[in-house]
Amino acid sequence: MSQDWTSDEMMTVAAARQLRNGSACFVGIGLPSTAANLARATHAPRLVLIYESGCLGAKPDRLPLSIGDGILADTADAVVSVPEVFNYWLQPGNIDVGFLGGAQLDRYGNINTTAIGGDYANPKVRLPGAGGAPEIAASCREVIVIMRQSPRTFVERVDFVTSYGYGSGPGDREQLGLRGAGPQVVITDLGILRPDPSTRELVLTHLHPGATVEQARAATGWALVVADDLRTNEPPSEAELTVLRALKAATDADRTVAAG
Amino acid sequence: MAEIVSLAEGVAELVNDGDTVALEGFTHLIPFAAGHEIIRQRRRDLELVRMTPDVVYDQLIGMGCARRLVFSWGGNPGVGSLHRFRDAVERGWPTPLEIEEHSHAGMANRYVAGASGLPFAVLRGYTGTDLPKHTGNIKPITCPFTGEVLTAVPALNPDVTVVHAQRADRAGNVQMWGITGVQKEAVLAARRSLVTVEEIVDSLDPTPNQVVLPTWAVNAVALVPGGSHPSYAQGYSVRDNEFYQSWDAISRDRDTFGTWMEQHVLDVRRDA
Repeated sequence: MSQDWTSDEMMTVAAARQLRNGSACFVGIGLPSTAANLARATHAPRLVLIYESGCLGAKPDRLPLSIGDGILADTADAVVSVPEVFNYWLQPGNIDVGFLGGAQLDRYGNINTTAIGGDYANPKVRLPGAGGAPEIAASCREVIVIMRQSPRTFVERVDFVTSYGYGSGPGDREQLGLRGAGPQVVITDLGILRPDPSTRELVLTHLHPGATVEQARAATGWALVVADDLRTNEPPSEAELTVLRALKAATDADRTVAAG
Repeated sequence: MAEIVSLAEGVAELVNDGDTVALEGFTHLIPFAAGHEIIRQRRRDLELVRMTPDVVYDQLIGMGCARRLVFSWGGNPGVGSLHRFRDAVERGWPTPLEIEEHSHAGMANRYVAGASGLPFAVLRGYTGTDLPKHTGNIKPITCPFTGEVLTAVPALNPDVTVVHAQRADRAGNVQMWGITGVQKEAVLAARRSLVTVEEIVDSLDPTPNQVVLPTWAVNAVALVPGGSHPSYAQGYSVRDNEFYQSWDAISRDRDTFGTWMEQHVLDVRRDA
């Protein structure tokens, strides 16, 4: 069977399918924002998009090019200050889903967006840092992670815990008093991982069409556990692909206009 | 009462070597022109503060204006890394950069405490992360009522805060709207403040939900149309996304960066 879609498209579609109509979703820029906007334009028209720049209920008709893109403010139900977003909306647990990406992820769903290699004062690679992620990971009712899978990104142990997943295993989140349930699903370009309910370790539960267990194992820096009832995701539908590509085309067109 | 000044006068009067300086803006209304004037006036040894240090902080750091950075997310929004920031942290060029790192929630609350005249803020944040191990200004605190362990962060009171806004009247009252981030908190927390504006009008139409900083809460207002470029001012300009993308290539190499800064910042006179 020939594929007329890319692995990035499959990943974005699989992530969008995780979002329920009517839920409130705290969205990061990049892949999370693409998937959330695809969901809103397909099966979840009442999905509430919340951006940390203070835009609540943004309804952009193209993808925002940054977290503070004017189109987010223009289409939002409300634009509030940054302290208000974090203190009134995120902290008390008013947001259903936190949607995060990252540079490194470990087997317990901890995420690093701070620094890689060396020590903190002299890192090999300095990344942008935390932003809103630590509190999103702690306070949203659940977290969805979207990241491309490779041995460099899926590591045994993250070099720096920027956003807490399940720490080093069962009971850690509860002991710290974190209110949200933590990362419930990780979407990659190869498939889907979910935490095992008893060990909290991320387990491969789904492959995207065309991907193999061997590929997933090779792209994971720990001994990847595969679910007994491993399934294959539905390929992107014609409708999903059409909307996703239209969103991207509108974004590119707007970028060209803005540049000209 | 805010004085209406030129940008050069405002920076000369309000920003000193060694100051703690916040140029705030959350993608929108970033005071780029003021940052460039600070570079032209060769300020040194600054402690730069900002939730989202982006390209203008990359420029200040690369030009050797900063000794320390207090921040929560340092990147080129929608593009990737800040190469001058990384060069300073990873290789100490042009001077070593000390960092104090927070989350957005932590930084926002530090400004809120500063604006509230309180010594610290309390939040349910940072739990489980490695940030408290490396940032001395994040401490546990026990709630005296419930016994819950929360996080305390100290108030942030910059020596000077600089923001960009849409307009001011001749008396120096300032109006801004759209994504206003932490600008109001950062101005009210600061000892001194400078606001650059797109337009100065005879009188401001009172409009609901358009944040107003009254003249008596601001030290100086400077007319700087386009002063947030390549960022944007809602109602006046759109974000120059192309520039943010091109910055990646300009800033990767030290020499290319230096040449660009000479041509586009140092050799430019910007007097209102």
